[in-house]
Amino acid sequence: MIGDLSIAFGRVAFVMLFVLNLGGLLTWVERKQSAIMQDRIGANRASILGFRLLGLFHPLADAIKMLTKEDFRPARADRFLFGLAPFVSVFCALVAFASIPFGDVLRVAGREIPLQAVTLNVGILYVFAMLSLGVYGVMMAGWSSANNFALLGGQRAAALMISAEVAIGASIMGIVMIGGSLNMQDIVRVQGHLFWGWLPAWGIVTQPLAFILFLTAGIAATKRIPFDTPEGESEIIGYFIEYSGMKFGMFAMADFLETVVIAGMTTSLFLGGWQVPYLVAEGFRFPWGGAVALPHLLVVLLQVGAFVSKVCATIFFMMLVRWTLPRFRYDQAMRLGWLGLFPLSVLNIVLTGIGLLLWGGPA
Amino acid sequence: MKVLQRFYLAEVLSGLGLTAAHFFRNLGRHIAHALGRVDARGAVTIQYPEERRPYAPRLRSLHRLVRREDGSPRCVACMMCETVCPARCIYIVADEHPNPEIEKVPARFDIDLGKCVFCGYCVEACPEDAIRMDTGILEFSSYSRDGMIYTKEVLLALEPAGPGGRPTSPVPISADRRP
Repeated sequence: MIGDLSIAFGRVAFVMLFVLNLGGLLTWVERKQSAIMQDRIGANRASILGFRLLGLFHPLADAIKMLTKEDFRPARADRFLFGLAPFVSVFCALVAFASIPFGDVLRVAGREIPLQAVTLNVGILYVFAMLSLGVYGVMMAGWSSANNFALLGGQRAAALMISAEVAIGASIMGIVMIGGSLNMQDIVRVQGHLFWGWLPAWGIVTQPLAFILFLTAGIAATKRIPFDTPEGESEIIGYFIEYSGMKFGMFAMADFLETVVIAGMTTSLFLGGWQVPYLVAEGFRFPWGGAVALPHLLVVLLQVGAFVSKVCATIFFMMLVRWTLPRFRYDQAMRLGWLGLFPLSVLNIVLTGIGLLLWGGPA
Repeated sequence: MKVLQRFYLAEVLSGLGLTAAHFFRNLGRHIAHALGRVDARGAVTIQYPEERRPYAPRLRSLHRLVRREDGSPRCVACMMCETVCPARCIYIVADEHPNPEIEKVPARFDIDLGKCVFCGYCVEACPEDAIRMDTGILEFSSYSRDGMIYTKEVLLALEPAGPGGRPTSPVPISADRRP
């Protein structure tokens, strides 16, 4: 009983700490990566006892700054919703990662531990639902601030979210059809197959169009540049215009957490999740005939490491997009969502259906 | 090309390729720099308080009053600089010089640096080469307007800048800025 409880707690704690720490680290990644891209040095001044550590203390310094700042609330703001909004945003972004598997089954002392915070049969729908719920926090913030710009930002966020979510939902349908399941663990397992004995059946191979559509819509769902119309730093400051201190920080954090979640989803659905090419439960089995036997623990470690590095690579790519492209205008973002991504994802579903009929499922 | 551009994707990918190439090139330079290759610079940043760009020799910085060999000011209080100053920031009170060969000496020579526009006319107007703007000091500041008024004694104590425009005398800090 205690063992089960502690295992469940450990699974949740791992995912929680992974997402939270990665989200916090992303503030540093964002500053440093953009700096290096733009021939700058980036934040490097915060130091503890003279150690600067490439500016890694800046997230800490930011957190302390935000916690000690005045928590200002406009006089006419809705007191309850104004306080609740950032919590809703962060909560939804945080729990969304729960059903994304970060490894295969771990066998320790006769127990089988699925490396996933929560094993859900409807995993994809759950992640999806939590991502969509996050927009409630944004809308609450926009409405309760009693500020026209905040309200505009909230409305834009809602419109953008809907157009992005529809495209996300439609673009992952192809993956679901191939995987034959809504459980993310099953979908990742299916991606372990090999085409012609050497090409891993990752989602990016079987569903290249869906990969592009999903990533685009996913970046839109994080509300970051090039889809930052809800914020629009240069025109309306956005839904969090009236927020200060840690409440503002929570909105910023929610964006980073959503980035992590989208990266995790992209990894699980299109980049093979925890799959390492040619690594099976007993060790490596190469298509050219070689085989290396590995102990079970090492295999699991390799898989978790593969998942983490794939997530990091995806985040790097998303940051690259964020620091390369200018912002879409509001109507352009809408048009891209409804007239570009959505019809193409429907087309992708049809093509996938035809493909499955002609060649049968991969499994 | 037009059709390709409408799909964004090709253009977006080429843009991403450009920025990614820049990222990895700079990252490589940063790593080489950290490993000891001093000439490899991944950034154009000059980290200002520790690292300074050399000043041009013609730079007009904080004024100083040139001293005679006995330490008294070379200034003869002719009022040329005060007259030519477009910002009217120089205030001179003349006095008799003990040496009968020298006509006058300034009893007071105040420059209000809160008003000064650093045009350098005072340096050009001076017939005695008694005022110069070559200290290399640019970082003077004060919490009050009074603190920006620099007196004869302060200006006399300053030395010309060294090589690269480095100041050789300490920045005169007004009394109200001392912690």
